[in-house]
Amino acid sequence: MVRCFLIHTVCPVSALGAGESRVLYCRVFGPDESLFTDQEREFSPEERRVLQREQTAVVARQVRSAASLSRGAAGRLLMEALPGEEALALQEADSGVLRLRAGDPFPEEMSALWLGVQSLGFTLVCEPHENLLLAEGTLRTLTRHCLEHLHLLGPGSEVLLRSDRIDALLSRLLPHGQLLFLNHRFAHSLEKEVAAYMTK
Amino acid sequence: MYSHGSESLIKQAREIQDSELQKFYSRLVKLLQGKELGYEMVDSLQRLHLILSANKYIRTLPPELQKRLQSLLSSPAEQFQVLSSAVLRETLPPAAHSGNYSQENIVQLNSHAAALLLSQAGSRADVSSLCTQLLRGLESRQSEGPTNSLTHTLPILNTILTHNPECLTEDHVTLLSKKLVDWLRYASILQGGGASSGGFFTGPRSRQPVPIAELDGTVSGDFFTVLCVGQSFTEDQWMNVFSFSALRHWLLTYHSVSNGNGTADTAHRLQLSLSLSHSHSNDDRSEVDGSVVSMVSATSSSSRLLPPKERLREKSFQYCQRLIEQSDRKAHKKSDADLQKACLVEAVCILDCVCEEDASLVFRAFPCIKALFGRLNSDLSFARVLLPIAQFYLNHGEMAAVDCGSVWALVFGRFPSELFNDPFLAHELLRFLRLNLESLQLRVPQYTHSFPNLLKFLAWDSPAVVDDFVDLLPSLVTAGTAVELLHTLLDLPCLSATLVLQVRSTCLPISEQSGRGLLSLDAFRSTSFRGLFLFLLRGEAGSGDTIDRLSTLHELLVETADWPRVVQCAQIVPVLLHIFFNTVITVADEKLLAHLILVMLERSSLLLNIPKYNKEIHRVFSSHLLRLCKLHPSLVMDQSHELLEFSGATANVYSKEEIYTHVVWVLGEYLSVSCDSRCSVTLITSCFEALEAVLFEITSSVPPPGADCPAPRVVTTLMSALAKLASRSHDLIPRVSLFLSKLRTVTRGGSVAWCSDEEDLVAIVTRGEELWSLLKAPGVAQSVLTPPAHVTTPQWHRDTNVALPLRLRTLTNLTHSH
Repeated sequence: MVRCFLIHTVCPVSALGAGESRVLYCRVFGPDESLFTDQEREFSPEERRVLQREQTAVVARQVRSAASLSRGAAGRLLMEALPGEEALALQEADSGVLRLRAGDPFPEEMSALWLGVQSLGFTLVCEPHENLLLAEGTLRTLTRHCLEHLHLLGPGSEVLLRSDRIDALLSRLLPHGQLLFLNHRFAHSLEKEVAAYMTK
Repeated sequence: MYSHGSESLIKQAREIQDSELQKFYSRLVKLLQGKELGYEMVDSLQRLHLILSANKYIRTLPPELQKRLQSLLSSPAEQFQVLSSAVLRETLPPAAHSGNYSQENIVQLNSHAAALLLSQAGSRADVSSLCTQLLRGLESRQSEGPTNSLTHTLPILNTILTHNPECLTEDHVTLLSKKLVDWLRYASILQGGGASSGGFFTGPRSRQPVPIAELDGTVSGDFFTVLCVGQSFTEDQWMNVFSFSALRHWLLTYHSVSNGNGTADTAHRLQLSLSLSHSHSNDDRSEVDGSVVSMVSATSSSSRLLPPKERLREKSFQYCQRLIEQSDRKAHKKSDADLQKACLVEAVCILDCVCEEDASLVFRAFPCIKALFGRLNSDLSFARVLLPIAQFYLNHGEMAAVDCGSVWALVFGRFPSELFNDPFLAHELLRFLRLNLESLQLRVPQYTHSFPNLLKFLAWDSPAVVDDFVDLLPSLVTAGTAVELLHTLLDLPCLSATLVLQVRSTCLPISEQSGRGLLSLDAFRSTSFRGLFLFLLRGEAGSGDTIDRLSTLHELLVETADWPRVVQCAQIVPVLLHIFFNTVITVADEKLLAHLILVMLERSSLLLNIPKYNKEIHRVFSSHLLRLCKLHPSLVMDQSHELLEFSGATANVYSKEEIYTHVVWVLGEYLSVSCDSRCSVTLITSCFEALEAVLFEITSSVPPPGADCPAPRVVTTLMSALAKLASRSHDLIPRVSLFLSKLRTVTRGGSVAWCSDEEDLVAIVTRGEELWSLLKAPGVAQSVLTPPAHVTTPQWHRDTNVALPLRLRTLTNLTHSH
């Protein structure tokens, strides 16, 4: 199962410190895990939310650091793709996978797959038993749709104001965090539904 | 992409004033009352969502607004379902919330409302009740809800199971097992009735059902799976996809071997199978006409008598075998070819899982797995599929008495040496090693000799995999390979550079002159230096600890010292060395430890010249030299010749200060008869003379050009060492005393060439005076500077006569008894 999907910055942000990442979209799936760990005391909903936000912030920071190290090591220049060149941007994207140890920040060990497209990172946090080949493919598909439908290659801020589009996308391609084995016909059928939603 | 505009939007959302926010809320309520759900509504809801999610602290909405948004969840327009669900997820659930779970029926909710309910669950009881409702919905065949409500059942159940498998009772598990069997094995093999494809001319004749097809276009001849295509799909075909997607997780949760296969369980299973054969189960689709007898399974009829869990296992087995066969077909589209790979991984993992539970399946599964291995093992693009196959071989190979040699040759041979730059393969392979460490150490003898290959992952991308190696390195440290491993770790940055050169060499044409000054690339390609690089790129340990021309290699690679990969690699080597030394003391005998000390001394000047690298390595060496000698003081005696030679070279004071200081210290501390009976007076004298000569030299001349003044610590350590040695052989005392008094005289004259700081000089002289006065009484000096063992290892807690607790108790009794 996928625990969460994030879109966050992997470039320096002036308002934040070095190495910090701004989380632009975050969707956590399933019931809150703190309900099931044996705690000394129960968390209130407010505390649970703060905890969740801090966990995703930690993941975003770690991916930011991994992405910048990976880009530095590869030594490639970041090319700016223009709107309309989504496929190219995706092809040029850096990718990798990070091991999140148990406790840092989730109670169990997790794998964080990430794709870095210019200044944004798209991250899927999966349970380690998950089929990472499938997860990688799903992440690429999700990223492609996000780039296209939210016009991320342009200067707009649609990722913040049109996050319902991402929710609709996730409800089809990653319902409640479930990765799906979709051949091109099933995928086509779902993508038609997604496209219909986006044109509203 | 990420612009200033987005930053300012977030800032505005966070800093919105409360009065403005309240106005916004009331405007929203008015809009919602208006029932005209148009563009303005959407825009306002999107802004509301941004305001609520911009802060990590939760806000509470006014109850009127909350109520209206709640009712929007069941709006016919999906956009409002999504928006209201997203907004409500960012707020506190209403106070009297526990009532909601019994009132709302999750089965009738759309996917977005269900997600909200799930995220707001406040306790285990809430989650359990959600589970029960979902299953009740599945049970009742008359599900009036739209197709969607059925498809999102499995994902929701699956996500609940991750945390709370106990919320399903045995009956629930049975029910779901039966459903899964139906969906997996008995989904329709005809294409969905394309309702939308109807045109003016479609009549009953053209609506003839078309069978589903395989990915290469041929008509499907077996049951429906995720690798079958059609123009449109029926509901049960969708459920087939969802079922397979959730299958492995389900099997791992409810079919894992640890789930108590006790006698009670067997009795229960027997009961179930009896009851099944008596009851006429309505849910059993296999009795419906037209069900396909699969070519994959020869036992489909007899399996009807199995209890549900076993039946699911059998059907999963068949499904996976079919997928493996289907993956051999040439898909027309690339996305389908990728899916075939993912299906192969999943199928092999599921087969592994069911074979764990029922060992008799191993003999049926192995021919299939073996054939798959034979098909794929020469194609490196299937490397990630071959890893689950390796896991299968590891788990079941022994039982099936199959030779796994070729599998390990791939995993420890070809994969690291040719695919070291694939981050996903690296992650998965290292994870495989971590999870199966015990098993591998037992069954794969070449594991401990494969470190030159495995370290290639680390040399290429240190930050990504160093965490895995922190866990794996201890298992690679053995007495037989320790020395070679130490050399390999020290030269890891060189390996890093070599791998970069290897990759570049294949990219750049040979004829191109490396006019950009890539001398290292030329060297890599030239035949005279080939051997050096080939040694670094070797796959297995055992052909030699290191090479003679190591310094040549370092010179050739000098320009690589600022390459990012090399720098990143150099930063993690000290960490690994610490782990290495901490582990090696548990497996090594004294002879090996003595050899390692030798290696440390040799390599301290034989390292790739990366800024700060040398210093860090010296620091690690120093701390472990100290530790080794403390554990085994006789090591100093064993390696006295080399240690003396090292400490007698004045150049070492300036170039390897840290190590030098520690070598001198251990000589002073442990070169005594009480540590090792082989220690002779001649040895002590020759050591003394060597150290004395160095001390004279550094305190009477200017440091050589380019070097700093020696740190005060070096001087004081030398002085202390000389004093300690003298206290063991009293003839030497006059010589030390003479030197120390001379030192006092010289330094009274003001500043000296070999010490720049006046305070340091004072400290050195003070120490000198202390030692001088101590040595005036040789007996005292001996017991202070060479204390016998029973003084340095206090055993007061063991010696009952002087035990502190005993004394305290006595005192307490005396003072409190009256």
